Amino acid sequence: MIDTLRLTAEAAAGLIERREVSAAELHTAYLAREDDVHAYLCTTEYAEGEGVPIALKDLITTKGVATTAGSKILEGYIPVFDSTVARRCKDAGLPLLGKTNMDEFAMGSSTENSAYGPSRNPWDPTRVPGGSSGGSSAAVAAGLAPWALGSDTGGSIKQPAALCGVVGLRPTYGTVSRFGIVAFASSLDQVGPITKTVRDCARLYEIIAGRDPADSTTVDLLEPVEIPNATDLKGLRIGVPRELNEAEGIEPGVADSVAATIDLCRDLGAEVGECSLPRSVDYGLACYYLIAPAEASSNLARYDGVRYGHRAAGAKELDELYERTRSEGFGDEPKRRIMLGTYALSSGYYDAYYAQAQKVRTLIAQEHAALFEHFDLLVSATSPTVAFPLGARTANPIAMYLSDVLTIPSNMAGLPGLSIPCGLSEGLPVGFQLVGPQFSENLLFRAAHALEQTLEFDFVPGRLK
Amino acid sequence: MSWEPVIGLEVHVQLKTRTKMFCRCELAFGDPENTHTCPVCLAHPGTLPLPNRQAVEWTIKLGLALGCEIAARAVFHRKHYWYPDLSKGYQISQYDEPLCTNGTFRVPTEDGDHDVGIVRAHLEEDAAKTRHLEGAGGRIVGATRSLVDFNRGGTPLVEIVSQPDIHSAEQAKSFLELLRQTVVELGISDAEMEKGTLRCDANISVREPGGPLRIRTELKNMNSFRFIARGIDAEIARQIEIYESGGEVTQETYDFHAATGELTLHRTKEEAEDYRYFPEPDLVPLEPEPELVERLRGELPELPGLRLRRLERELDFYAATVLVTGGLDRLYEQVPGDRRAVANVLMNQLAGRDPAEIDPGELGKLIEARDRIPRTAFDDALANGIGKPGAADAYLQDTAIADTSELEPVIERILAANEQEVAAYRGGKESLIGFFVGQVMKETAGKANPQAVNELLREKLRP
Repeated sequence: MIDTLRLTAEAAAGLIERREVSAAELHTAYLAREDDVHAYLCTTEYAEGEGVPIALKDLITTKGVATTAGSKILEGYIPVFDSTVARRCKDAGLPLLGKTNMDEFAMGSSTENSAYGPSRNPWDPTRVPGGSSGGSSAAVAAGLAPWALGSDTGGSIKQPAALCGVVGLRPTYGTVSRFGIVAFASSLDQVGPITKTVRDCARLYEIIAGRDPADSTTVDLLEPVEIPNATDLKGLRIGVPRELNEAEGIEPGVADSVAATIDLCRDLGAEVGECSLPRSVDYGLACYYLIAPAEASSNLARYDGVRYGHRAAGAKELDELYERTRSEGFGDEPKRRIMLGTYALSSGYYDAYYAQAQKVRTLIAQEHAALFEHFDLLVSATSPTVAFPLGARTANPIAMYLSDVLTIPSNMAGLPGLSIPCGLSEGLPVGFQLVGPQFSENLLFRAAHALEQTLEFDFVPGRLK
Repeated sequence: MSWEPVIGLEVHVQLKTRTKMFCRCELAFGDPENTHTCPVCLAHPGTLPLPNRQAVEWTIKLGLALGCEIAARAVFHRKHYWYPDLSKGYQISQYDEPLCTNGTFRVPTEDGDHDVGIVRAHLEEDAAKTRHLEGAGGRIVGATRSLVDFNRGGTPLVEIVSQPDIHSAEQAKSFLELLRQTVVELGISDAEMEKGTLRCDANISVREPGGPLRIRTELKNMNSFRFIARGIDAEIARQIEIYESGGEVTQETYDFHAATGELTLHRTKEEAEDYRYFPEPDLVPLEPEPELVERLRGELPELPGLRLRRLERELDFYAATVLVTGGLDRLYEQVPGDRRAVANVLMNQLAGRDPAEIDPGELGKLIEARDRIPRTAFDDALANGIGKPGAADAYLQDTAIADTSELEPVIERILAANEQEVAAYRGGKESLIGFFVGQVMKETAGKANPQAVNELLREKLRP
């Protein structure tokens, strides 16, 4: 009997290697579990591959397998090609388990914006799993997949990983191909692993990372990915940005857990110092909500009912076809962001909004770069709160947007960030965010692995034990 | 009161690269609809553009030929509008950081050089082709069905924007013809207006000479050099009439209908679209290496404007223009013989022919023998016999009979056999000369020189 709740991808690979179980049997075992958290939008039969099966967020284009990005406008869309990451997973022999639920077009922090209904948190099904990669995080936490891929624009990997008690990496912008990733905000979108352990995370990152000729914004990795073994943090200088750790709205339980983990960093030999990111935190969220919607308004222009996806029936004129197709096909959040973004890019407003936000983005990157002259890593909570109840923030977009207040600053700077579970608050997981300079994934893996070994966080949700 | 037209042109040139601008679909003209498409040019979710290196290099080359500065850093922007011919909902174009800026294109004229400033030349992708069924005049209004052919969608397109340095339809036409020839000689485009691989819009205003610029209108959809000139003239006349009757020109866009000579409103300023330009985040900026730019500069051929001036000294401005813009001047220079005779044959009888299919030596031999061979043999030779060395010989052997001693017995024989006609001619029916010439030609199997026959006949028929 395979305990999919406990089995790490690394252990699963070992089972396959020793021929104790076949990839097909493993695939069957994961899909045999009941999906009571609505992690999957669809599951797929075992087809090929002798590796550890994987779940992919539904915005990752998979040839012959429906890819909806959580939207009605792509209902019934069956891609004729594979995204580069899906292709790399196939080439590495990872059989596809299915496509996971997400906020529509990755716009959201709870999966409640999915056109196909929300996913639930495996630790407490009355609560959200976070988002937008909530389906991938819930699948890994609930033993429905050994590992998964998500995508992160403002925090969509790190935040749900934190809320579900799993590991999530948002890689350096440009290290993972976006070819075939249904675009939300092109200058921010980045695919990354969601796993049970830091070592699994590094293994999956190794499979997907590296320059892709089909994506001109990708680059070669500076060094090969290292699977971490470190057990201490000796020689590391860790910065604790005041604004991220004292931000308004951080729950006391979260703050305590993070503070304890920072103490642990010291115990493990790191040099810990306070530092400051005043502009990044003050302006990060505001700039993000100009740049991301602006790019989204452009990226979502292609959904016009002409070539694929939903098309309104019976339209008599071209404008009517566009208006009705898009009115029927998009949910409230994409509509809200299309309006915001269209406004921000409009003639007469561009300089004041989009162009200004890009300048501030440069400042945010510079502010982070200056800190990395003194520190190797920056740490904070990943999310200000633990998983919140379904419906708690749906009526208040600003409250929902604040879910990402701690992840957005480093995302705006294009930096890699890793979230690991560091403890429980009110019986729910707390995420610890480590941010490094560009291309410092190996360093993030080493540090996070050392912490993980000492924290000994049990990633199996209490109610499922 | 006199008015000075002020005209700026926007010229679009489709590049003839092997593949499209941002995907690797083959470019093909006239293939069945939607047979050259892929997820990228159909804008399937998640697809990304990948720039065509050849197109970038050719744009730089064109920029150099137009005397432009080549940007060290050029940026692609997204230009948004809604239409089914635009799969992504935006066109990838260039905006405030184009590849080529600030050039000058020198157009030789009879009264000196006309320098037209080039604001910019930038690279973008063409839209697909739409066809509207059962609408009025093929337009979408009233159509019951619209079809889109994405074969053309994503073709590399260079947009060249001139300064408003042009002051007449004639100047506009000269500018365009020389620009077209330059593009063709660079080998980067067929630049054929009929096929739509060269397209032109004009921005037109009129002002009191030396006075401040006035409101301009845009003229679109002119698909031949002749129509461009006619369209510009029509729009200039329309604006002058408005001002002279006390009205004001408003900023609008017009379509010119060549068949009727009419201008119809395309859109008003109020309907002008907001394209919401922003830098294309899926592409990194283009940063052409100085070495590349220098290499491309070194590959530039001698430009047609310069050759036109050289030829003008030998012939005249008109002939030089026709030969150069007709792509025949290099052939002209290779053909031996009387310069004027060679020029005339090229202009009058070989316009539109591919110079590569003509052997200059053979053509020279033929032109030299023109007066000695029958007209039909000469024409036939031009059509079939000048492709390769020796090809004209057969025609040249076909030397016309112009020798009086040879023609005389034939004519005597014919006059003797047609006494009635001879009498009629001598009686005043001089139109019968044609009959006698015909008889002689028949008798000599067309080899007689018509001029010689004519003269000899008139002499013999004199009463």
